[in-house]
Amino acid sequence: MGTIAAFDEIMGASDAGSSRPELSALQRWLDLTPDNELRRRQQAAEATFRQLGITFAVYGENDAAERIIPFDIVPRVFLPDEWARLSEGLVQRVEAINAFLDDIYGERKILRDGILPPDLIFGNPQFRPEIAGMRPPHGVWAHICGIDLVRTGPDDFFVLEDNARTPSGVSYMLENREAMLRLCPELFRQFRVAAVDSYPDRLLATMKSVAPHGVAEPTCVVLTPGHYNSAYYEHSFLADSMGIELVEAADLVVDDDIVWMRTIAGRVKVDVIYRRVDDDFLDPLVFRPDSMLGVPGLIAAYSAGNVAILNAPGNGIADDKAIYSYMPDIVRYYSGAEPKLKNVETWRCREPEALSYVLDHLSELVVKLVDGSGGYGMLVGPTASARQIEEFRAALIAEPHRYIAQPTLALSTVPTLVESGVAPRHVDFRPFVLTGRNGVEVTPGGLTRVALREGSLVVNSSQGGGTKDSFVLLPAELDSWVQVQGQQSQIQTQGAH
Amino acid sequence: MRIAIEHQIVHRARAGRPTSVQMLRLTPENYDDQTVANWHIDVDCDARLRRGHDGFGNAVTMLYIQDAPETVTITATGEVLTSDAHGVVRGTTETLPPALFLRATPATPADAAIAAFAEEAIRGADSSLAALHAVNAALPRRFASEARGPAPDAAAAFAAESVGACDLAHIFCVAARSLGVPARFVSGFASWDDAASATAHCWAEAYVDGLGWIGFDPSIGLSPQDRHVRVAVALDAAGATAVSGEAWREVALAEASQ
Repeated sequence: MGTIAAFDEIMGASDAGSSRPELSALQRWLDLTPDNELRRRQQAAEATFRQLGITFAVYGENDAAERIIPFDIVPRVFLPDEWARLSEGLVQRVEAINAFLDDIYGERKILRDGILPPDLIFGNPQFRPEIAGMRPPHGVWAHICGIDLVRTGPDDFFVLEDNARTPSGVSYMLENREAMLRLCPELFRQFRVAAVDSYPDRLLATMKSVAPHGVAEPTCVVLTPGHYNSAYYEHSFLADSMGIELVEAADLVVDDDIVWMRTIAGRVKVDVIYRRVDDDFLDPLVFRPDSMLGVPGLIAAYSAGNVAILNAPGNGIADDKAIYSYMPDIVRYYSGAEPKLKNVETWRCREPEALSYVLDHLSELVVKLVDGSGGYGMLVGPTASARQIEEFRAALIAEPHRYIAQPTLALSTVPTLVESGVAPRHVDFRPFVLTGRNGVEVTPGGLTRVALREGSLVVNSSQGGGTKDSFVLLPAELDSWVQVQGQQSQIQTQGAH
Repeated sequence: MRIAIEHQIVHRARAGRPTSVQMLRLTPENYDDQTVANWHIDVDCDARLRRGHDGFGNAVTMLYIQDAPETVTITATGEVLTSDAHGVVRGTTETLPPALFLRATPATPADAAIAAFAEEAIRGADSSLAALHAVNAALPRRFASEARGPAPDAAAAFAAESVGACDLAHIFCVAARSLGVPARFVSGFASWDDAASATAHCWAEAYVDGLGWIGFDPSIGLSPQDRHVRVAVALDAAGATAVSGEAWREVALAEASQ
């Protein structure tokens, strides 16, 4: 098991003797704050999370114990220009995802132009024929995207996964920030950190902006599968922060192609639904008939243009791992420009040449199930045992079409508080991108996940990962910026007294 | 042929569930060899009906019932003019390309036994069309047919001795797809005697390059002629069924035609 030489986001190159100049203040903060003080604050934050009930259940574990995701007190910091470039790439990518979905369920020009092999779409269960020809209000499909990124250098970001269905984790972004403001206020005096606490307002504004035509005061709700869902905390947290109802399927009824919410005061018409249930469980008349979670008639109401569903049904075809390797072509096709964000090089094991390369290089590669998530069904070659590698070899030979492989990237590290003190640990990043009727905006922050085990590259919470706050620093030109602030209320300084 | 249809579906509402939402695929549409002279859907209680289309382009009627009585009867009545096109289907609205209909579904999984049966049946066939006709003709020779509800999937149906029309259509779809031919399930009505009345029926269509979608009715081993009234298509029966609704799981469906 080797350790990979990686770019450290605070210290710079792994062999550098001092921190990156822009971040020397963070280095000083780490030097001046004793480890036991950092640990005390970290424990205080985790105690709060436990109290709030921000827990998750680990799938596949018998004792179904709910755990909190470990929180790390050392923030990760993005410099203003780094963030500006990253944001441009995210906007371009999410615009392309929306254009792709609108096209693939509509005219399918991208297939006529030969950019993608048709069987990749039509043979893919994530392409849902049940909603072909239906178009969401205002043509917006992927309203909330969580684009998973990894970094290998100051400006070297790679997209790992486009989450365009029901990405979760935004509650950690908000709760982590709240904890940092309370426990490390001095950092917010040192750094001009962009605020994230307006996210619920902006999400609500996004929802309202895509309400069906002619609805002046839309009623918006959050639809949850219920409190057994591992992300239930987030569903209730978001509904609560937005000041809208959290509903389950049984609370909704469709009549006359209109969605109604049952309330004590009678029926209330619902115009916009932020659903956190999968397509399969949306409407038993159209998708899985055995589903008890769904709302019968919901798709008819959607098809009639009477309700907006966020994210739109059918989005899985845009973030499917089999589609991922074509994303650079998709971005190029719809934007007419080179992709600003790179993909990780990907071998599609369904292609014989790729498979033979992958089988010869298993110990260097990361192998993933096309339809897996959460770090399940994944091989990390460089840290895997010989037995794990042989198991994957057999699985690959048996069902090559189910797998893709990627090089093991030297994921960037960020100083992290561990048993032995502060040490570098590998991180990834999930920024949240909102798309409404008026365009795409990137929330200045996100969810940083950190692999707490030394040398580990697996950041998934189900595999022993933790989270960190993610600071996005505001540009220095204060005067011109303050003017902008008046127009763009989504960016404000926070705690900079 | 002028075919008169009066098709009734009776279902009992589930106790304590007064609200009922159903999706009906009971409305035939016009295409080159089928003209709907008149068509009407009636419900014997206070209900709201809304017309629309599903993802496959089928005409759909949403049925919304508040305070459903114990028994609800849905009646589709109308007259349809048909002409014989040797199974060739022209002039339909297609929302999805043929390639989609190569896809397996839970009710129509890829199955080695059905694929072997198809290979055997097409021996000597000199064209894709001849091969499909051979498969279609071989199915009623192999199975005793009986009026019965469908097996869970085509593989289970294929292992049984007697099958219903729905099973045969599923098996045909799996067989055609195993030959690399797009195939889909069709629901509708068929008139079996000279009285020119029709009962609910289902069959299949396969896509032949150069000809388009061709109907195959494996219950009779022939292509539909002018006795079939075509209503809905999908990857399998679930997507083309006459009634999808909350109640269908718990309630016995009684169908009567005259």
